[in-house]
Amino acid sequence: MAEIRDPLMPVIGVITDIRIDTPDIKTFRVVTPDGKKAFDHRPGQCAMLSIPGVGEAMFSITSSPTNTEYMEFSIKKCGCVTEWLHQAEVGQYVTVRGPYGNPFPVDDVFAGKNLLFIAGGVGLAPLRSVINYCRHYRDRYGKIDIVYGSRSKDDLLDYREIIEEWATDENVNVHLTIDREQEGWDGHVGFVPNYVKELGFDTDKVAVLCGPPIMIKFTLSGLYELGFEKTQIYTTLELRMKCGIGKCGRCNVGSKYVCKDGPVFRFDELDELPDEY
Amino acid sequence: MYRIAKDSINLLFAKIAEENALYLPVDNEKGSSEYKKWEDGTVMSEKLNTVRSPKDFFFPQVENLMEFKTEGKNIQLIDIREDSEDFVVFGVRACDVKSFEVLDNVFLNEPVDTYYKNRREHGVIIALACTRPAETCFCGTFGIDAASPAGDISAWMTDDTLYLEPNTEKGEKIIALLGDLVTECGAEAVEAQQESTRRIMKKLPLADLTTDAFGGDKTEEFFNAPEWATLSESCLGCGTCTFVCPTCQCYDIKDFNTGKGVIRYRCWDSCMYSEFTRMAHGNNRLSQLERFRQRFMHKLVYYPANNDGMFSCVGCGRCLAKCPISMNIVKVMKTLGGKNNG
Amino acid sequence: MQKITRDVLVEKAASLLENGTVDRVLGWKKGEFDYDLTPAVFTSADDLKDLVWNDFCGANFSKYLIANTKKSASKVLVFLKPCDTYSFNQLLTEHRFDREKVYAIGIPCEGMADISKIKAVTGDGISSIECGEKINVTTIYSDDTVSFDLSDVMAERCVNCKSKKHVAYDELIGEEGDVIESGRFDEVERIENMTADERYAFWQNELSRCIRCNACRDVCPACTCEKCVFDNPNHSLENKAPATSFEEKMFHIIRAFHVAGRCTDCGECSRVCPQNIPLHLLNRKFIKDMNTHYGEYQAGAEVGSRAPLVNYTTEDVEPGDVFEGRE
Repeated sequence: MAEIRDPLMPVIGVITDIRIDTPDIKTFRVVTPDGKKAFDHRPGQCAMLSIPGVGEAMFSITSSPTNTEYMEFSIKKCGCVTEWLHQAEVGQYVTVRGPYGNPFPVDDVFAGKNLLFIAGGVGLAPLRSVINYCRHYRDRYGKIDIVYGSRSKDDLLDYREIIEEWATDENVNVHLTIDREQEGWDGHVGFVPNYVKELGFDTDKVAVLCGPPIMIKFTLSGLYELGFEKTQIYTTLELRMKCGIGKCGRCNVGSKYVCKDGPVFRFDELDELPDEY
Repeated sequence: MYRIAKDSINLLFAKIAEENALYLPVDNEKGSSEYKKWEDGTVMSEKLNTVRSPKDFFFPQVENLMEFKTEGKNIQLIDIREDSEDFVVFGVRACDVKSFEVLDNVFLNEPVDTYYKNRREHGVIIALACTRPAETCFCGTFGIDAASPAGDISAWMTDDTLYLEPNTEKGEKIIALLGDLVTECGAEAVEAQQESTRRIMKKLPLADLTTDAFGGDKTEEFFNAPEWATLSESCLGCGTCTFVCPTCQCYDIKDFNTGKGVIRYRCWDSCMYSEFTRMAHGNNRLSQLERFRQRFMHKLVYYPANNDGMFSCVGCGRCLAKCPISMNIVKVMKTLGGKNNG
Repeated sequence: MQKITRDVLVEKAASLLENGTVDRVLGWKKGEFDYDLTPAVFTSADDLKDLVWNDFCGANFSKYLIANTKKSASKVLVFLKPCDTYSFNQLLTEHRFDREKVYAIGIPCEGMADISKIKAVTGDGISSIECGEKINVTTIYSDDTVSFDLSDVMAERCVNCKSKKHVAYDELIGEEGDVIESGRFDEVERIENMTADERYAFWQNELSRCIRCNACRDVCPACTCEKCVFDNPNHSLENKAPATSFEEKMFHIIRAFHVAGRCTDCGECSRVCPQNIPLHLLNRKFIKDMNTHYGEYQAGAEVGSRAPLVNYTTEDVEPGDVFEGRE
């Protein structure tokens, strides 16, 4: 039976780069020990990372599928596994398995459309892969708007990439905001939901939302005010997961398993689920 | 159909055990029965069913998945899977046989769980028809006929004879192995027993319980039902129902550091437990009401939604007998679905 | 047979609900089969039609007071059997609920029946059980009624009842009883008299059946930690299943240590164990040893008493002497 790989069995990975993004978020670059990308994925999919003896946890793959050399994970320090990773050094082996879940519908629903990405805090991590995927295949999509906010300038994830690459792209508009005034910040100040309303987007778009629940809630009502329909807004959910393959029962909400049927959901799909996520 | 005299049953067990590990229900000193490995002299229990369900044979409470050796920053993964022993489980009741189908839908659906599949492929089920169901039995509610269990071989025990009917290739192989020990025969005695059992089934206190009110499309109808509050009011949040249940299949994956390496194992888990859905930064089911509701919604609504209407309860009655507060799926079904209509 | 009737309890509860003294009543609610009663909360006179008081009302409501006093705007009415009152006091000693929010009615108890003892005689298929002078049981398999004396099918903990006396109540219904010299330590002594190997084999056999469902812990009135160490995923002790047969025992041994001096010997752990493991014997061993080494002590006999293990005195026996004296 050894020839059939069990879905719970990971491959070995090695951390080749660690980038300090914010005071509590680091981005880890992972390849296999022979220097290859562990597996291919689609934008929005996740992977299980683990340190044997510490634990295993699900993370979004933040690098774009178009990157064929490595995978990246932006990880906020908030639990056992993440704390351990935050003190790890380059060269540390980890285990990785995946990809898990349904990706964003980048090749059908998103194709030809104007796109609006809205993220708060570490919520940018799951959107980074899809944003970079769409930037890579720029001609397949219309205008791209990115609204991203965090507590402070220091808490903005991928700041350098946003400023140096995203903001300089033609037809990509980046709108950054931070919660409170800060020295050295001459950009917008205020919460994401209000900023979205202020920016007053046309509804000729597909919107993708990710961030803390409270941000999602208020941004959503802002988008409705602007005339958006549930069917044109996507998000990605996070629940406790163990198996990643829809069997262990942990991320079960209604008849869906977030690890398998999600994490990407359209808001009208979420409406059909019991309010338990 | 084949037969063997009941007083020769030990010869049958011995023959099966020549080529397979044989497990069967055996009485313990506490007046209940549990599956034990047969060895010469083992006496089969006459009890209706075991406290622990036979799901252990395919989905054990604890099982090691893999090992890791770590050295400095390096990690080595060791695949510890081995082919399962060939085994036969004798005396599985109709409800429990059906539970394997419920588990198959989870573990054998893509991506296939190889640990489960391995055991499933190497296991042979000899199912034994019931003759004296308990008041807690309600397999009929789920369309199961206690007098006609499925399995690789269906078996019926009368006062003096054991009858065997192979249903699968695996079953045929066992019959072939038994050789001269069994003789071909007609089905009259079995039919008489079935008729009697079915008459008894109709007299059971839960005979009228139906699933009519439930199914995959009932989330909206039941999720916010006010009855969950009273039903779950005194739930202790323990795992008894889950762990005696033949169809509950939630699990946890954990690492155990042996000092020489790390064993990654999985163990049964329960959605009734407060930690089940806890994440580093929150928990989407904070109250026992939510956790209690999840267990029953899963069995009566969510599982059917994903499995062509099949419920993930087989009416074995273990939770009725064992819940510390005597709260159970029957009370839930009657409360939510109307007293008689499910 | 119980000395007071269900109707007395219902009438009492209804009037206390009616006059606003209480807004929640903790009582036993009828089940599907006459013996499977569920601990329940009754909030109206109409609800009370399902309240039952008979020989199957084993559940001890003391622990439910922790949650229910928080939900009550006035008081919670709780019916307490004598043994339940010890748990009640122990919880008060540990400040687990607000005494002012409880209206406790002491009710006499003649002991509770163990359904497995009845089934051992009648077999499965019970169709009705009537509790009166006798316990009359019918099954679907026979037209005959089988009659039992309560004493013949009494739960082990009731056979070895330690007290018919209520140690706490606001109101008492029926006659007060006395503390009883029971034989509850006989079985402990039997185990003490085993050789170490025999004793190990005894517990190995009993605990090997454990399925780690945590029912013993979750029902235990002494287990009231808001977060049990065994549930803490950040703790190395956290486990949902025994990784080894050693760990399997550790769960129960650690639990027994933790409730030592606080366990009132209510016996709920053994009552709810789905595998019929005599867990109460671990606790009784501690109780017996404490009685021997520190003088007689009954947890819960009075509110605020200091258990020997948390009450240092210069007369305390030295640990070494305890060890010496044991073998």
